[in-house]
Amino acid sequence: MTLADISSNLLYVAFIAYLIATFVFGGAVKGNKKGTYRSEERWGKVAITITVIGFLAQLGYFITRWMVTGHAPISNMFEFTTAFGMTLVGGFIILYALYKTAVLGMIVLPIALLIIAYASMFPSEVSPLIPALQTNWLAIHVITVVIAEGILAISAAAGLIYLLKVVDQKKKSKQRFWLEAIMYSLVLVLGFVVTSTFFTLTNYEADFAYVNKDGQPSEITYNMPAIFGMNEFEPMTDGAFTPLLEMPPIVHAGKLTTVLWSVAVGTVLYALIRLIFRKRISEMLQPFTKNVNLQLMDEINYRSIIIGFPIFSLGALIFAMIWAQIAWSRFWGWDPKEVWALVTFLFYAAYLHLRLGRGWAGEKSAWLAVIGFVIIMFNLVAVNLIIAGLHSYA
Amino acid sequence: MDKLICKCGHENPPGTVLCESCGRPLNEQEQNKQLADMRYEGTARRSQTYNKSIIDKIWNFFSSVKVGVGIIIVLLIAAALGTILPQKQYVPATTEADIEAYYTDIYGSVGTVYHALGFHDLYNSFWFIGLVGMLAISLIIASLDRFVPLYKSLKNQRVLRHSSFMHKQRILAEGPGDAETLKKAEEKLTDLKYKVSTDKNGLLAEKGRFSRWGPYVNHIGLIIFLFGVMLRMMPGFYVDETLWIREGETRAIPDAPGYVLESKGFTLETYTGEGEEEKFGEAIDRVGTVAKNYQTDVVLYKIPEGALPGDTADMEMVEEHAIRVNQPFKFDGYALYQMDFQQDELKTMSFALQNKETGESRGDLTIDLVNPETNYELEDGSVVELLGYYPDFSGFENGEPQTATPLPKNPGFLVKMTTPDTPDGETSFITIQNTVEPLGDNDYKLAFQGVETRDASGLTVRKDRTLPILGLGGLIFMIGVAQGMYFNHRRFWIQQQADGSILLAGHTNKNWFGLKKDLDQVTEHASLPAYRDQQEDMEAQEKREGEQLT
Repeated sequence: MTLADISSNLLYVAFIAYLIATFVFGGAVKGNKKGTYRSEERWGKVAITITVIGFLAQLGYFITRWMVTGHAPISNMFEFTTAFGMTLVGGFIILYALYKTAVLGMIVLPIALLIIAYASMFPSEVSPLIPALQTNWLAIHVITVVIAEGILAISAAAGLIYLLKVVDQKKKSKQRFWLEAIMYSLVLVLGFVVTSTFFTLTNYEADFAYVNKDGQPSEITYNMPAIFGMNEFEPMTDGAFTPLLEMPPIVHAGKLTTVLWSVAVGTVLYALIRLIFRKRISEMLQPFTKNVNLQLMDEINYRSIIIGFPIFSLGALIFAMIWAQIAWSRFWGWDPKEVWALVTFLFYAAYLHLRLGRGWAGEKSAWLAVIGFVIIMFNLVAVNLIIAGLHSYA
Repeated sequence: MDKLICKCGHENPPGTVLCESCGRPLNEQEQNKQLADMRYEGTARRSQTYNKSIIDKIWNFFSSVKVGVGIIIVLLIAAALGTILPQKQYVPATTEADIEAYYTDIYGSVGTVYHALGFHDLYNSFWFIGLVGMLAISLIIASLDRFVPLYKSLKNQRVLRHSSFMHKQRILAEGPGDAETLKKAEEKLTDLKYKVSTDKNGLLAEKGRFSRWGPYVNHIGLIIFLFGVMLRMMPGFYVDETLWIREGETRAIPDAPGYVLESKGFTLETYTGEGEEEKFGEAIDRVGTVAKNYQTDVVLYKIPEGALPGDTADMEMVEEHAIRVNQPFKFDGYALYQMDFQQDELKTMSFALQNKETGESRGDLTIDLVNPETNYELEDGSVVELLGYYPDFSGFENGEPQTATPLPKNPGFLVKMTTPDTPDGETSFITIQNTVEPLGDNDYKLAFQGVETRDASGLTVRKDRTLPILGLGGLIFMIGVAQGMYFNHRRFWIQQQADGSILLAGHTNKNWFGLKKDLDQVTEHASLPAYRDQQEDMEAQEKREGEQLT
């Protein structure tokens, strides 16, 4: 087995460990009849042990991959997103050590699983660094950012638990709708993973020729049956599914096809869940939050932001500016990724001012923490894949 | 307004909520609260006290957290709007008209509207800069409004507080004590690194007061940073120039007087996927070529002081250097960056002056496309005069030929050819593969013979004297943020009443969990009465009441 094989196997081990730990944490929460820490302690200990084993395996993946590639494994979508899953789990382990909350593991681990699964839908081969990335600042800047985002995401998980407990599932309300919308969007990510995996396993490929937005002839490979066709497309693969609709040149019909497939499959999955269980997902999760101490969740939410915000400022703004000055001759250039890092910074600054200055704690803080996570994910997913800029590496 | 005189006899400045000396609530609203509002220690803030003159009103507006957060949110949304479509600096067009056309061509009506709203240059718009300015004002005023009274209050705080103050603290303990209690509590608190001061029958233990200054320190950092950004608009602080330099060329560095740069050559390397790089094979197969290195080898020269401009005879070599991406060449406060390149740029073009009918040549001429001459004299006395040169010919405007850039990408020549046969001269406009004869048919033409090419490097010349200021601002910001967020200000007040009973109150600006852990240790060591968290009690109470209602 080569080092590269060991590396990817370690990632599998981590994935499976997180999967098992999710259920053990769930069991610990569900089995806690008395509502005291003691009654979930035994299973909680088992679950956190499995989580730590998974985390160490993933750390092993990270280190061995670094040895194989010769650079910090955070240079493309696969590597960065996987590392994000890792820091999320790492942040959880620290907070578990402080507060011993099994329910947090039950929510954080599935999110980490989804993130790692999402990451593995991107090309995972070892890729060389372009000149702009050949510097130690790659490791310094990106690792700081990914740690900060992992910690900030914990606040969203704590917020989500808070909301699952306080939002009344019996009464129709905006809160109930949006909470379920969050659940639905998580299922959509699952839809993307399921669809991509299915078409990868069945080796679906269809090539098309098209005319790009600058009027030049280009080619594209679809890995899913093309629902949308690129501008003036011509099929190049025999028997390929013919696109139903042609898109104007500025729309990347290939990406749009992937989005539509994911939404469609995700929606079917969601509908099946609703049909089988006859309940909203948030309603199904609510019983798990019966023993949740709301004040503790609020404190975890706030503390993760307090810990994460300075690290984020350092990594995503200060280190980023130093590197940008070295590589691009200016520390700030209003590149979309830079702007969204600023937006994230401003958002959490607003969170802190609202909390400290206007007393926004509890449910309001919980909503804000969840929105913060949405902004982080937007910067990771949409800004990399949709908005073109200097950071589009995937 | 009048000074507020507390029952304890202390004179407080108007607007004070909790007496500076004993902590008694001074207004009815505060008296009715179950827990005291400790955010600014109940001090008199200017913004909460005066609201008469226009200055008061402006001060009050900017000192409000609500307004500050409002500015942050508007700024955040505005910043995000600017990423919907690329900003103008990332668009492949240079003139205003071309930029406008680009947005319409590529993005249709959305692009037209985006451009019309000025969002294509959003971050330089007056309203965006205005918002940043408002944020800066808000940072200064809101900080001053809070820092000054808070500082005074914490500096002058007393050990003994009135029991009404103690009872309004979130952490509260009441119960019996003995003669040793205070001493033992003091011991343990000192152990836990608290600063303990005593007065008569009471003690005040305090830890981490400096964390209260964190927000003000980080705001100072931000203000210094914004000041640095503003400073770059001053002449002399900031240089941003582009220098295109070709292999073998020697050019003066723009905005760096006295410095001359020679290019030895440009190198582009790509990954081969072989040998050491075999592990990258799969990735290279998938995406095609991947660049490994962009490099310009240069020699820097300095012209001695006092030399005439353009006099390069006595220049001294300073340094040979390889400029690569991520490795700028720094000298004397300037930095040169490898930013762009042009491979196989046209260097010269050769022509033969031919008689159209006979094909007979009167001689060859070679035009240097960077520094063309105006007259080319051939051996037999024929002359080709270069009336106009358009390095990057882009078409005619009002009958005049235009050039899109100064780079020789698509050279166009307006020439006058004079031969012994045609002494009056003939005019011709020549571009690659096309000749126009604007003044009627000519007898002679310039027949294309060949080109020479070379690589060119696009370098950025940068001087930024604001960087140390920005760095200082960033550093102070980080210190302030860490100070405010990684430390907390914890205080305990303990009093022993005449009957020996103990009254204890505790406060922290955050992390009550940590405060309670400290108190647990002190309680155990000094056998203090058990404490309660009044906020938790209140919430539990509310919950019980809520449940009874449903």
